[in-house]
Amino acid sequence: MSGTGLLAGVAVLAVGTYLIRLAGPALRSRFEVSRQTAALLDRAAIVLLVAVAATGALFVGHDFIGWACPAGVVVGVIAALRRAPLVVVVILAAGVAAGLRAVGVA
Amino acid sequence: MRSFWRTLDGSAVRAVLVMSASVLVIGASYGVAAHSAGLVWWQIVAIATVVLAGSSEFVFVGIIAAGGAPLLAALAGLLVNTRNFGYGLSVGRHLGGGLPLAIGAHFINDETAVVAASESDSRRARAVFFLCGAGILISWPLGSVLGAAIGDVVASPESLGLDAAFPALLAALALPALRDRRTLAAAVVGGAIAVSATPFLPAGLPILVSLVGLVVVEVVRRRRAPSADPIPNDGATDLVSRGAR
Repeated sequence: MSGTGLLAGVAVLAVGTYLIRLAGPALRSRFEVSRQTAALLDRAAIVLLVAVAATGALFVGHDFIGWACPAGVVVGVIAALRRAPLVVVVILAAGVAAGLRAVGVA
Repeated sequence: MRSFWRTLDGSAVRAVLVMSASVLVIGASYGVAAHSAGLVWWQIVAIATVVLAGSSEFVFVGIIAAGGAPLLAALAGLLVNTRNFGYGLSVGRHLGGGLPLAIGAHFINDETAVVAASESDSRRARAVFFLCGAGILISWPLGSVLGAAIGDVVASPESLGLDAAFPALLAALALPALRDRRTLAAAVVGGAIAVSATPFLPAGLPILVSLVGLVVVEVVRRRRAPSADPIPNDGATDLVSRGAR
């Protein structure tokens, strides 16, 4: 694909994304943040992350992703709860999802 | 500079390495998707580098592949990236000003937010944030160019199960913070709201709506607080309750 249309689209996405990212730290430096507010902001970041993980495990676009992916994620999280190293968590999750798909579970 | 990195222990460095390797692999699946959307390799790498936000790039090339206008695809991608504002409020205190801020802002994403939030010491949080950001700046574009190269070979990257790797990684990284009961409650409620909203709302919006979970938990906690808290309530609510009687 080529053309100025794509270039304009990429430029808008890149510049807009950078400004969104810069807005948080810039706004933050303008006022004194109390300990409670700092804890609340950290908590908000974790809530956003869990939402990213949960929706990513269950959906592709607007549709249910199938059982293989969430099953792999659940196995990975159980491994993490049992204090497995991160690399084991990642390999287990991908391996379980791939294995289920290999045997015909979508 | 050396003392800056010395604050990092082996486990933090290993965590960043694992994360970068996972991001590389997920970047490869993005490269495959972008390749099949008709983009050429240097466009794919350029987008990966200047945007540096995986899920929004998937949305961007997905809309273009479906024949959508690039500007529309960009707006959808921006909606997906709005959560980085929340991350910025959280990690902003570690970035400082000037050049570190200018570079650090580009590094704000899911992975760097979680590694920074899981460090209680600010110097360590700053070091691991920048290390993780640099790792992703290398691994995401590198993965995307690999994906573009193997785009003709690997027909269905989903058969490798890599789509499960990323959510599992994020969940595992968030787990230590979830030991705090308030955070756990907010994350469970927020996650449930995001999941139930995903079939209906545009991509990106369900993630933002998850913050309603945080608000709900805070409101419930504050309603319970007067009976549970040995310290008397603050003056404002006293005034309101006295005024009402």
